[in-house]
Amino acid sequence: MSGFTFRLRAPPPQRVDLSALTPQALNGRSASEIAALPIHTTRAALSVGDLFDLKQGDFAEIVFEGGAERLDRVGAHLGAGAIRVVGDVGVEAGRAMTGGVLTIEGNAGPYAGSGLRGGLMKIGGDAGERLGGSFAGEAEGMSGGAIHVGGNAGARAGDKMRRGLLLIEGEAGDCAGSRMVAGTLAIGGQAGALPGYLMNRGTILLAGGAAEMAPTFLDCGAFELVAARLLADYVETISRRLGAAFRGPLRRYAGDLAALGKGEIFVRAP
Amino acid sequence: MSELTASGVAIDDTFAEAFDMRATALIITADSAKWALQAATTMTGFATSVIGCGCEAGIDCELVAQQTPDGRPGVRVLMFATSTAELQKQLQNRVGQCVLTSPGSACYAGLAAGEDKLNLGAAIRYFADGWQIAKKLGDRRYWRLPVMDGEFVCESTTPMTKRAVGGGNLLIMGAKPETTLAATEAAVEAMRAVPDAIMPFPGGIVRSGSKVGSKYKGAIASTNHLYCPTLKGAVDSAIGPEIACVLEIVIDGLTSEAVAAAMRAGLKAIADLGPQCGALRVGAGNYGGKLGKHHYRLKELMP
Repeated sequence: MSGFTFRLRAPPPQRVDLSALTPQALNGRSASEIAALPIHTTRAALSVGDLFDLKQGDFAEIVFEGGAERLDRVGAHLGAGAIRVVGDVGVEAGRAMTGGVLTIEGNAGPYAGSGLRGGLMKIGGDAGERLGGSFAGEAEGMSGGAIHVGGNAGARAGDKMRRGLLLIEGEAGDCAGSRMVAGTLAIGGQAGALPGYLMNRGTILLAGGAAEMAPTFLDCGAFELVAARLLADYVETISRRLGAAFRGPLRRYAGDLAALGKGEIFVRAP
Repeated sequence: MSELTASGVAIDDTFAEAFDMRATALIITADSAKWALQAATTMTGFATSVIGCGCEAGIDCELVAQQTPDGRPGVRVLMFATSTAELQKQLQNRVGQCVLTSPGSACYAGLAAGEDKLNLGAAIRYFADGWQIAKKLGDRRYWRLPVMDGEFVCESTTPMTKRAVGGGNLLIMGAKPETTLAATEAAVEAMRAVPDAIMPFPGGIVRSGSKVGSKYKGAIASTNHLYCPTLKGAVDSAIGPEIACVLEIVIDGLTSEAVAAAMRAGLKAIADLGPQCGALRVGAGNYGGKLGKHHYRLKELMP
């Protein structure tokens, strides 16, 4: 049996909040009940049925056929099951997920995977700023699980990240891994300026280098560490290319010495 | 005692009596098999008996690079103790003094699951004096400790099993020390191929088998005088005039099945060697069945 499907009829007339459309929230509801669920974010009322055609299916997987930049909070607080979006999504996709798998085949807006605590989030296209990061005032960004971005990511990816795995195949914006507390961030393409800005702890791999390294990271030399082997094996379960980037000699930079200074940035050593 | 024989080797109609133990397993890796083995050998030194060593430990098997968590050559080590607290203490001391110190080493949990967990890297990380780094990958958590040759990587915890068994044994008796040793060596060699079991004494063999208690106050064990050839005329000896040497193999296993399998393999190896080149008789040590709940009857294990 295929997944329960929401087919987008037309571009949304306003930003919509789809956080209620998760497998655990919909399980047991009838199609008419689901169609009546409110998703509007302005004073103009809008329900699921106004925007989507519904096709019955297994609630273990929810499919959105058709995406739009105004589809916000897709898969937010997802705890189990799977959600797949054939298209783009708006802000806060997968925010505070605790489990399950969220697949976005297009692009995702800002704050995708922010506050992620578990599960796997896959973005086929690009991600906006503060991927896996934190909201203003929050103590930590993602604290578990894994995010994989097939394209590029905006500024401050992994801001205040505390645990988990954040993998970006393409380029990353400025200040990737800013204020990191712990966890692992790997960037396949070039990172923007000042990666690891004010990071306390954690690991950043810059497979494609950075536009500008902060002077508060100190060169510790090149090594082939056992920990890098473990990281390579683990990362390869999600991305063979980024996993392979952990193999071979890596130059270790310790920092950010403007903060606690116990983080590290690895770059490929020649 | 009996008329059981296997390929001409007399098998006593008796049983080995063994006890519940707490145990864990570790995987120690290094840049080369030589140094993985060195770390494991050092860690399992002075770990022959809980009577005087705190724990019993030994090498279960060597591992090729494809079998270890970090893709380097490794060794699987088993450790046994009579209490969780003692096992934790021995684990921490031995990994801290013998594995952490060995060039290029890393240390990982060697059991997939257990009833409880012991601190491994979580106990040793303080050596790094604040420079330790935790790295959680999936459901496994590792500690990275800066050391003078790079980093020591150590898994945070290791599962502990309460289903382990210690004290399985065979008494190998022969006409001459050299033939008795040959039979015992053959048995140990066969037992080493059995997974999840170790023989903790030197080379897997103990020549000073013990009984519980002593005529001297404070000594909890003393020589098993009934099996000492030089006392045959002086005590109610358990060996006949044809026996001039007795050697013992003690077996610890992660499960009772592993102990039984090791004893079965050992008995077969002794029988295969035969009485001319090897042992005349095989027995087992017990305490009348009153102390240990695991009983391994030789007639059920003989080939």
